[in-house]
Amino acid sequence: MTAKVTVQDVERVAELAHLELTPEETGRMLKDLNAILDYVAELNQVDCAGVEPLTQVGELSNVTGEPRPDHPEPSLDRAVVMAEAPESSGAFFKVPKVIER
Amino acid sequence: MASETKHAGNFVEKPRTIVALREEIAAGRAKAADLAASYYQRIEQINPQLNVYLSLSKERALEQAQRVDAMAAKGDPLPALAGIPVGIKDVLVMKGAPATAGSKILQGYHPPYDATTVARLEAAGAVLLGKINCDEFAMGSSNENSAYGPVRNPVDPERVPGGSSGGSAAAVAANMAVATLGSDTGGSIRQPASFCGVVGVLPTYGRVSRYGLIAFGSSLDRVGPFAANVRDAATLLHVIAGHDAKDATSSPAPVEDYAAESDKPAAGLRLGVPAEYFAEGLDPEVRAAIEKGIDALKAAGCEVKPISLPHTKYAVPTYYLIATAEASANLARFDGVRYGYRSPQSATLAEMYRHSRDEGFGAEVKRRILLGTYALSAGYYDAYYRKAQQVRRILAEEFLRAFAEVDAILTPTSPVPAFKLGEKTDDPLAMYLADIYTVTASLAGICGVTVPCGATAAGLPVGMQVLARPLGESTAFRVARAVEAAGIR
Repeated sequence: MTAKVTVQDVERVAELAHLELTPEETGRMLKDLNAILDYVAELNQVDCAGVEPLTQVGELSNVTGEPRPDHPEPSLDRAVVMAEAPESSGAFFKVPKVIER
Repeated sequence: MASETKHAGNFVEKPRTIVALREEIAAGRAKAADLAASYYQRIEQINPQLNVYLSLSKERALEQAQRVDAMAAKGDPLPALAGIPVGIKDVLVMKGAPATAGSKILQGYHPPYDATTVARLEAAGAVLLGKINCDEFAMGSSNENSAYGPVRNPVDPERVPGGSSGGSAAAVAANMAVATLGSDTGGSIRQPASFCGVVGVLPTYGRVSRYGLIAFGSSLDRVGPFAANVRDAATLLHVIAGHDAKDATSSPAPVEDYAAESDKPAAGLRLGVPAEYFAEGLDPEVRAAIEKGIDALKAAGCEVKPISLPHTKYAVPTYYLIATAEASANLARFDGVRYGYRSPQSATLAEMYRHSRDEGFGAEVKRRILLGTYALSAGYYDAYYRKAQQVRRILAEEFLRAFAEVDAILTPTSPVPAFKLGEKTDDPLAMYLADIYTVTASLAGICGVTVPCGATAAGLPVGMQVLARPLGESTAFRVARAVEAAGIR
């Protein structure tokens, strides 16, 4: 947990997260991420042997106690939803071309 | 509208109580429509200085006020919040009203549905005034991360109102709403409430539906109320709490009448004071104010004893790993495809994603997405994310053990009073440390109330945090009422 983040790491993570960083932003993020990761390395001091990770505090496994009944219910009106899209055909979301040929 | 002035040129004004306003409307001595109009007038006057509201929902508010007035005229029984003007943090959606989450990436988005909490407030007669400014995607401790400019603290406009629900706290402090809703992931209700001198509630995880809340860290996110006094906050919680089939983590436990419960005396309650919350880094004036509050609770007949929560110091690193990991996943949905902002110049789909997100997100949001993505990436998952979840269990169990011995835990809400704008913006770590006393309850899933508890010599409010076991809101309200009743200056 003491790994030093490199410029390549920042660039790789930015790519995974679909973020594009300017060289200035990359430098700033490199500095900030290293400072934050140095700080969180404090967790190395905690002995967690045999401790189950806590993923959900509510401890509800299934609210109804059984599978939810499968009732079809009306959903949002398609025209209303599609009207929020930056670009749509009315039935589909339109995006720039996906396949280069 | 009575006013209290300590700071020259401040904007502090105490709203009247829900009980008083509702009774006047029911008796026909006041009209909900006039009340709404007077609030819009005050908003128009001081919003340019404080930057609290991002958008107003006048038409919807007026229609609702007229419905309430018609009911009152007929002599119908009025619901709990009949005619009460309420503001909504702009991370909760209201059908047809702009929803920005303080971000440019949601520019132009008009959600086609209401959050459950919004719908419940309106069903209880509340008049929803508009959407309130906050840190972008609720990420921040000062409200300086909003793409629409910072909110200013009504007590001293040179200072931050806290974050991320800074606008919701400032709105109540400046009487720009009688009450508001906010969200709290690591302290975002409690810390701004303490900075602005109002009451803020962190409900137990699962107590209030998250449906229609724009997600930040889903295992941590809560929706809760702000009000000028404890009883009003309890009244709002009663309205918004309860099971919701649209939120899979919503608790089926019955909802208590929190306002009535808060009327019960605190005498006889066992209260714990954890040494770890009074250590290095606590401002001496904040400490002195909290000690006065503790003395007042002793005088009110509570049994106060020291306790220890030794893993407290690991809460901030644990929180920032879990919250950012969850945020990186939640914020993947903002891609310029279905709603909000799309960058106009992109030749390919991948470019469109990158450009839209790059132009749409602010620096702090990008920082947290990167940190979260890093913590979840191959080779680091066990060392960071899994480790943090293990420490989270240790922290949660430590609280539950403490609650076997005490009914509530008392701490300062924040180690420092409201700081100046710009004071911490260059150092993300210093900003994260402002959450040191609040992230623990977020991780443990327990509930709490922050209540005004005196002020510094300069007149900056101090808040006491009262924490209680899961679904122990009534106990937290009782203790907070006793602190409030002591009238600590």
